[in-house]
Amino acid sequence: MPADPSRRAPSRAASSKASAKASSKASAKAGRPAPAGRLAIRKTYKLYLDGAFPRSESGRSYPVTTPAGDFLANASQASRKDARDAVVAARRAFGGWSAATAYNRGQVLYRVAELLEGRRAQFVEELRAGEGCPPARAGALVSEAIDRWVWYAGWSDKLAQVVGSSNPVAGPYYNFSVPEPTGVVAVLAPQRSSLLGLVSVLAPVVVTGNTAVVVSSEARPLPAISLGEVLATSDLPGGVVNILTGSAAEIGPWLAAHRDVDAVDLTGADPALRVELERAAAQTIKRVLRGPGTDPDWTAEPGLSRMTAFVETKTVWHPVGI
Amino acid sequence: MTGWEYAPAPESVQTARLRSGYGMFIDGRFTDPGSGPSIKTVNPATEEVLAEVGVATPADVDRAVAAARRAHLRVWGPMPGRERAKYLFRIARIIQERSRELAVLETLDNGKPIRESRDTDVPLAAAHFFYYAGWADKLAYAGFGPDPKPLGVAGQVIPWNFPLLMAAWKLAPALAAGNTCVLKPAETTPLTALVLAEICQQADLPPGVVNVLPGAADTGRALVAHPDVDKVAFTGSTEVGRQIAGVVAGTGRRLTLELGGKAANIVFDDAPLDQAVEGIVNGIFFNQGQVCCAGSRLLVAESVHEEVLDRLRRRLGTLRLGDPMDKNTDIGAINSAEQLARITELTAAGDAEGAQRWSPPCPLPDRGFWFPPTVFTGVSQSHRIAREEIFGPVLSVLTFRTPDEAVAKANNTPYGLSAGVWTEKGSKILWTAQRLRAGVVWANTFNRFDPASPFGGYQESGFGREGGRHGLEAYLAG
Repeated sequence: MPADPSRRAPSRAASSKASAKASSKASAKAGRPAPAGRLAIRKTYKLYLDGAFPRSESGRSYPVTTPAGDFLANASQASRKDARDAVVAARRAFGGWSAATAYNRGQVLYRVAELLEGRRAQFVEELRAGEGCPPARAGALVSEAIDRWVWYAGWSDKLAQVVGSSNPVAGPYYNFSVPEPTGVVAVLAPQRSSLLGLVSVLAPVVVTGNTAVVVSSEARPLPAISLGEVLATSDLPGGVVNILTGSAAEIGPWLAAHRDVDAVDLTGADPALRVELERAAAQTIKRVLRGPGTDPDWTAEPGLSRMTAFVETKTVWHPVGI
Repeated sequence: MTGWEYAPAPESVQTARLRSGYGMFIDGRFTDPGSGPSIKTVNPATEEVLAEVGVATPADVDRAVAAARRAHLRVWGPMPGRERAKYLFRIARIIQERSRELAVLETLDNGKPIRESRDTDVPLAAAHFFYYAGWADKLAYAGFGPDPKPLGVAGQVIPWNFPLLMAAWKLAPALAAGNTCVLKPAETTPLTALVLAEICQQADLPPGVVNVLPGAADTGRALVAHPDVDKVAFTGSTEVGRQIAGVVAGTGRRLTLELGGKAANIVFDDAPLDQAVEGIVNGIFFNQGQVCCAGSRLLVAESVHEEVLDRLRRRLGTLRLGDPMDKNTDIGAINSAEQLARITELTAAGDAEGAQRWSPPCPLPDRGFWFPPTVFTGVSQSHRIAREEIFGPVLSVLTFRTPDEAVAKANNTPYGLSAGVWTEKGSKILWTAQRLRAGVVWANTFNRFDPASPFGGYQESGFGREGGRHGLEAYLAG
């Protein structure tokens, strides 16, 4: 798999089209007219899987548009097999990532925030085009997303102190409890908030040492893939985060039933799908985060619940004596 | 002197204050034992009927849940935490006061040695109420938000291996958090939960706060599927856990599951071998191995395998199997004919798959359900006796050469409830404990329990924790 050029050269949004009409719309999206006489290099949006950027093994893609219906890009439509490959990659990455020191995980995730900041203009552009929000609002959402990532990064070496404990048992034993990552977590990302929502569900999963298979917003997948590009150029080991674009309804059931997935976050699934996925998850005793009933205010401070949903409490006993 | 001869020291049946019939406990009152369908509960050590116990129909479940709802809305929910605390302290004290009666009754109904029910089950049950009583007026400090609220009505289904203790594990944190409870004890061991209901009466616990509904799987299904239950808590097999998770799916009800296990007990070559052998025995023969966290897979370093097995066989030769009411007894009866059949079937599979079976010379009583302490050697990871939970006094012995191999074999299971590690080297203990995917790791000890210590599994051993501050989370909304 050759490296995707977009990893090194962040592309601008599509800025030139054959018809004058499309061209003017695309230029409006990009916020600056294309230089006369030069055709811009567009980005191919692919999956982010095991640290690489493959197309879907199925060869399928689907058009991504603005809320108004204007074409933005073709995204890869991930399949059942892509989901399985992603689980394999996430499982392989789990040993190393979960064994990394909390300090190290915090550093790696902080580095991700640095790179997000460097790509801020691109994300603002993608939110403007994909979510149809005004530039100031798009900018505020990107800032919040970056700050959210930093907030979670800082939890890496603190959560165990807040939710762990030394337990005063009635006997000559030293007894302590620590949170440990659950394992491979399948995350159905929010459908509407394509960057801030995505960061808000992904960061808490990986900061605690889990590895993730994320199904992005179906209609607004472009910031997710750009986030994948950021992760690929950060120090995050390949496979820790795998991003699939496509349909949660199509891919979700395979992930919820997968025996090597330990937990699922159903935030991006609609109510009917959530019931189906929760039933499937019951068969392997998965941890299930059912997700909020209504689209939450993703700008609010999130609290610990998204981290504690995907940790296991381990309690260790040892006798005290001479 | 002719030496130390064995002399039986049996507890008296009278201490249990057995009655011929027991009713259900709904809304603060016991139903008339003869008023509806019933089951006979038997002494597994003798197969004699102990009592006739009324079982709950779906209509009874409705009544109990409605009583719990009323009690939650009118009394228990609005009650200040420090008042709730005092009720729980009272219950703890009455358990202590009636401890001998409870221990004897537990041994009669369950078949476990009186030494265990007297020294473990009953004192720990009292301790759980005592521990959680103190939380009732301190919930704001528990780390689940500044003003955490109870969930409402908890439907709780418990197993037969620690009948009173499991009732305490379920009721104490739920009540401390301000919930009301409908508890279903196991079909074969309903008696101590009903005495606990009587203790709630003696403590003047308001009617409806605790309801106890004996019954079989039908009663359990009706309870966990009841639309007015806010929270389901289950301890039992992984198979039933899957069904319950499926029933609860899509309802929005909260769920915690404490399910099966196949714990590895790792003995390194630098272990204190005498202590390790005691730990192995306690790990798998405590309560006849009918313990979800039993150390049923012994992983022993190849270099000390022979020595450990020699010492283990010698030690097993000293265990006394027989009358559970005898204070000298180490190994009691298997809880039911059904469970005995399962142990028999799985051990036959061990023979068929080529493992070598060994038991000490051990005459079994003529009546009752009995299985001798059994050790299988030459076990491979693919054998059923290395993969499936036997829930009996059967140890499967495997070997390893390196610490990495020990950890890989220990974690090669869909379960993840507990594990043991034996070595004199501190850094190796912590290295191993970090890598074991299990909710409880006992290092140089095994099968220790305490109300302050969180207990619960990874993977298919379930989710949620019971015990400690962590145990409150299952019963609170932040």
